[in-house]
Amino acid sequence: MSATLHDLGPVLALLLFGFLPNEVWRLVGLMLVHGLDERSQIIVWVRAVATAMLAGVLAQLILSTSGPLSSIPLSVRIGAAVLGFVAFLIAKRSVFAGVLTGEAAILLGTYLLGA
Amino acid sequence: MANVSPALPGTSLAADCGMSVVPENPPPHVAFQVFLDGIGAAVRSVFFYVLIGNYVGMGALAHEVGFSFWWMALSTVLVWAAPAQVILLSTLNTASLWEVALAVTLSSVRFLPMVAALLPTMRRPGVRQRNLLLPMHLTAVSVWVEGMRLLPLMAVERRIAFYNGLGTGLISGAVIGGAIGFLLAARLPPLLAAGLLFFTPMAILMSSARNARTLIDGLAFALGLVVAPIVAAQKIGLDLMWTGLIAGSIAYTVHRLREAKKANKKARERKPAT
Repeated sequence: MSATLHDLGPVLALLLFGFLPNEVWRLVGLMLVHGLDERSQIIVWVRAVATAMLAGVLAQLILSTSGPLSSIPLSVRIGAAVLGFVAFLIAKRSVFAGVLTGEAAILLGTYLLGA
Repeated sequence: MANVSPALPGTSLAADCGMSVVPENPPPHVAFQVFLDGIGAAVRSVFFYVLIGNYVGMGALAHEVGFSFWWMALSTVLVWAAPAQVILLSTLNTASLWEVALAVTLSSVRFLPMVAALLPTMRRPGVRQRNLLLPMHLTAVSVWVEGMRLLPLMAVERRIAFYNGLGTGLISGAVIGGAIGFLLAARLPPLLAAGLLFFTPMAILMSSARNARTLIDGLAFALGLVVAPIVAAQKIGLDLMWTGLIAGSIAYTVHRLREAKKANKKARERKPAT
């Protein structure tokens, strides 16, 4: 019984602080579907803010000083990201090629450092 | 592409005008076939494999920070937004819940224009608002990009079922990836598990770069990368929000100045002629 209550915590937190604040934008999009287009000035600004925040998430992950990724040296993380991005550009902006190259680079770098 | 039927000429026109030739709802077995076509398109999409890789990293992250297997699967089905899920996984245990909700909501603003641009392509007489709830929820960067590419190729009455299949296929890839990552992280050496987490930032980097077709998108993303460490060094909290507001507003201002300059130039060019 106490285990179920204990498990209810993270699920409730997911619903209230993950699902709802995320889903609200999809709902607003559904309701405003006639009134707004992607070129309206508020949307242009809001999209720029969202894109910058996405970059913020990326920077936090690559430069993280805590958490599991921080066990990999910063130079390896940055180097792998740069290599992946170069592969992405060479392969005509292929997300597939970029992600695989970056991932291969970090695994190789981690292996070489671990050995 | 044999199973993507092209739109019949005039079909959508008739629907738009509300004429008597309103397309019938496809019978259930046809709708199900179209749904399966959507799943097929998902499996053929590059995003299916990127999502598996991305969510392998996410599942490993969920395991590292102590969430359960089912919590991870539930968060993928309910939230269905990689950046928001990264925020949840990395801050739900440490930051205040309101800050988490704020960061999640600020990271998901992009869904508003995406949903608003998508749903009109599915609208026709007889389609109720509740028929659009599932397409609305399934909308994420991957589904939206593939949907906007494939939907114009087919008759309007097939689009909802196809998009639902496409979204279900891609979300399944993410759930499978999350499950694999969660199980692998428990067995892998810690350094390798950490390496798996790299799928997440790599997928964010590549898909954002791929989707940044305009100056403002590219600038906002590049500035965000520069501003984020600076904001983090100030230790003022709400790092993501400030990063977004500062870098996003600068990118927007540059975009506006550039537009104004273009408009001025056009106006000047027009003057001597008159």
